[in-house]
Amino acid sequence: MRALSARNRELLNLLVVGMLTGLGFASVYIARSEIVSPESLTYAAFFLLVYLVAHVVARLTVPYADPYLLPLAGFLTAIGLTEIYRLNPDDAFRQGLWVVLGVALFSAALVALRSDYRRLESYKYVIGFGALVLLALPAFPVIGREIRGAQLWVEIGPLQFQPGEFAKILLIVFLAGYLREKREVLAQGRLKDFGPLLLIWGGAMAVLVQTNDLGSGLLYFGIFLGMLYVATARLVFVMGGMALFLAGSAFVYRIIPRVEDRVTIWLDPWPHAQDEGYQLVQSLFAIAFGGFGGTGLGKGTFTTSDGTNLIPDLNTDFIYAALAHELGLVGIAAVLLVYMLFAMRGFRVAMLAQDGFSKLLAAGLTFGFALQTFIIVGGVVRLIPLTGITLPFVSYGGSSLLANFVLLAGLLLVSNRALAPRD
Amino acid sequence: MNGPISRLAVFALVLLGALIVATTYWQAWAAPGLADRRENAIQRVAQFTIERGTIYASDGRTVLARNRERDVNGQTLYFRRYPTGRLAAHVVGYSTQLRSRAGLEQSQNDYLTGSNANLSTLLDARVDKLLGRHVVGNDLVLTLNARAQRVALAALGRRCGAVVALDPRTGRVLVMVSTPSYNPNLVEGRYDEILRTQADCAEPSALLNRATQGAFVPGSTFKVVTAAAALESGRYTMETRKNDPGYCIEYGRRVNNYDTTSPFGSVTLFQAIQYSINSYFCEIGKDLGPGPIVQEMKDFGFYALPPVELPTDELRASGLYRNGKLFEPADQSQVDPGRLAFGQVELQVTPMQMAMVAAGVANRGVVMEPFVVDRVIEPDGDVLTRTRRRALGRTMSASNAAALSSAMVAAVSSGTGTAAIIPGIEVAGKTGTAETGREGRNQTAFIAFAPASGPRVAIAVMLENQTGTGGSTAAPIAKQVMQALLQGP
Repeated sequence: MRALSARNRELLNLLVVGMLTGLGFASVYIARSEIVSPESLTYAAFFLLVYLVAHVVARLTVPYADPYLLPLAGFLTAIGLTEIYRLNPDDAFRQGLWVVLGVALFSAALVALRSDYRRLESYKYVIGFGALVLLALPAFPVIGREIRGAQLWVEIGPLQFQPGEFAKILLIVFLAGYLREKREVLAQGRLKDFGPLLLIWGGAMAVLVQTNDLGSGLLYFGIFLGMLYVATARLVFVMGGMALFLAGSAFVYRIIPRVEDRVTIWLDPWPHAQDEGYQLVQSLFAIAFGGFGGTGLGKGTFTTSDGTNLIPDLNTDFIYAALAHELGLVGIAAVLLVYMLFAMRGFRVAMLAQDGFSKLLAAGLTFGFALQTFIIVGGVVRLIPLTGITLPFVSYGGSSLLANFVLLAGLLLVSNRALAPRD
Repeated sequence: MNGPISRLAVFALVLLGALIVATTYWQAWAAPGLADRRENAIQRVAQFTIERGTIYASDGRTVLARNRERDVNGQTLYFRRYPTGRLAAHVVGYSTQLRSRAGLEQSQNDYLTGSNANLSTLLDARVDKLLGRHVVGNDLVLTLNARAQRVALAALGRRCGAVVALDPRTGRVLVMVSTPSYNPNLVEGRYDEILRTQADCAEPSALLNRATQGAFVPGSTFKVVTAAAALESGRYTMETRKNDPGYCIEYGRRVNNYDTTSPFGSVTLFQAIQYSINSYFCEIGKDLGPGPIVQEMKDFGFYALPPVELPTDELRASGLYRNGKLFEPADQSQVDPGRLAFGQVELQVTPMQMAMVAAGVANRGVVMEPFVVDRVIEPDGDVLTRTRRRALGRTMSASNAAALSSAMVAAVSSGTGTAAIIPGIEVAGKTGTAETGREGRNQTAFIAFAPASGPRVAIAVMLENQTGTGGSTAAPIAKQVMQALLQGP
């Protein structure tokens, strides 16, 4: 019996995801038939169609790429879309549009870079500078917008986006290029070799502190340390970096009251249940209420009967709480396992890749994905202080979704090259 | 580079695995504890799909809380209505979506929502959930006498204060009224109106249950506790004589009687209770020291939350308070025992506690644990639990209780509490008037039980911001409520 080709395997997996999506929407429809219409079921079909398009593009451009990454991402997107639909059908419609745009961007990236993505390496400084510009955009007057105390939005006309999400990808590309080139000298640990690195990195961190985006600050720093470790294999760098980070955190803790609030609430949220800690505490209640089996999709309690939201930002920062509430421990553990599987496939790609740039790129993208998941979910389950960043592929929000599709395209490109038969 | 990559991969997996562990902690381990927290809005709102149990007064007919069904987004929700409004607001409390729960609606929530877990009900609830059936809670029948409750509420009028009446033989709470009261139907939508409630005191605080949370100075009603301590010490009988000069010297300073112009001369303990003579009790305090008095207080239930079924944060322990904290004097130097003995120094008591004092004397020296939930009834009509009477403890010998009772009878029949005389029924009582520091404004109190020969009611009435004495302000209210309880059906 002939083994399935990678793409056929991907197709089969996608069909399974499509079925699960259909079941999810059907479940929401059954639970909330008074509110949502039977058309909701077309979401699942539409969703499957969009991912089939992505599949066809992958078949044409990256035939040897890892067959599990796209279906796993599809599963996460579907879970997110279903839950967002259940919380607010209008948001789900917009999110659906973002998925279409995301697949378009994904396809564009695959087509543009199919021959050799490694030429990005020669533009690494341009890319690094571009990341800084993107990061700094929200700080500019006129177009910059502050939402909930963090200045990380850009508004041009009707369009709002978070350039930081894309800056993250660009910084990973820059780091992969720079570290590939300098890894031998860096491993010797002379300070002057770290110059350009610290410059770009210091700039990124300064901008993040300026814009109050602490979650991204933590994420970028973590990615930096992770990739530095992969490049140099020197654990002492990671230790030194963590020490620097802790010192920096202590400083930031003193000067930014927002940070101090977050830490206080993290250590003991219960006395603040009625004010600053309300969101976190109610989210913990929502998670706990889910218990083992959850309430069932569509059957959870997120608003009072007159429609007042009990948990603010439920479909973005706190979507994990909504999922844990409705899917229960069984369901949410499965979702986390999907994140783990995705990370595993990503790291596998990094191990199989032939050249240093590809290895660093795949490892950076994958570690960024896993760390981002840890930072937001860890904040929601009170493992670490809460910082508002998005849950990859699941949270409501266009910028985040688009950036994650680019990340996915990157991993597929690297894996296609790694797994292609050599002649 | 594969070595570092695989180690980084393991690290990433550990991070993600930690998320599963943490989520398991919240959903499996911490969940039951979190469900009981009052600030849990998720649980609270989710429970509106449960057909909550009805709460009845002791007659089993008067409805104090029931449901009003409403369809919201295709779901039947059960909202609460309180047909008797202010009548038993502080006992029954409220259950709302946005303003949490209070009173029995909070403390008995598990019974009312049918989530009182034992294995079979838990399984039933699971099956019901799977079948999409709605859960029906258990009903409560309280010990409150609706008619007497009404009399007490009317008698208190615009005053700030509370009435607690107990059945001294069992501990049943027959009446618990705190004024100003509030209409629990307004809590969800018109909360501001409750906050604006007016009454005859500086801080009306309508949501405060003065019966169990109020901090009153007991004044001379506390002499009952001191007298019990004196009798139990074995050094006093009702006939023990002391000379009353109209005052008592403590630490070289004079402690005056209520009326210093006419000293009583040589008096017995019996007369000291009857006429509420401060100097006599001041001498007892100096003689016994604070130790035996504090011990007697504890026997009556002071220094602990009364075991009534209200939420613990709606209960307050009675005792000596210093800097806002309950305080137990280790020796004579830490408290002024003379003033303590007649209830004037740093003492803060709840009407519930003083009703327990009256009940202890009435029940031959044994205080029964007060309770307000008589029984819990399952949806099919079976009795799930019925509260059994339990003794809190013995406070004094039966003979000492009888002696104290006779002195309290005299205090009503021909002493300071004549306003509580009920024709045909012998009433035992003790008045109290505490100065608050504001000229002409007293906290007044009256504790009593009746009929003295076989008590069926023990009562405490405590009022804020009064111009008169306990005998002229609180005793008439106690009389009306006792009459309603003793002469009713």
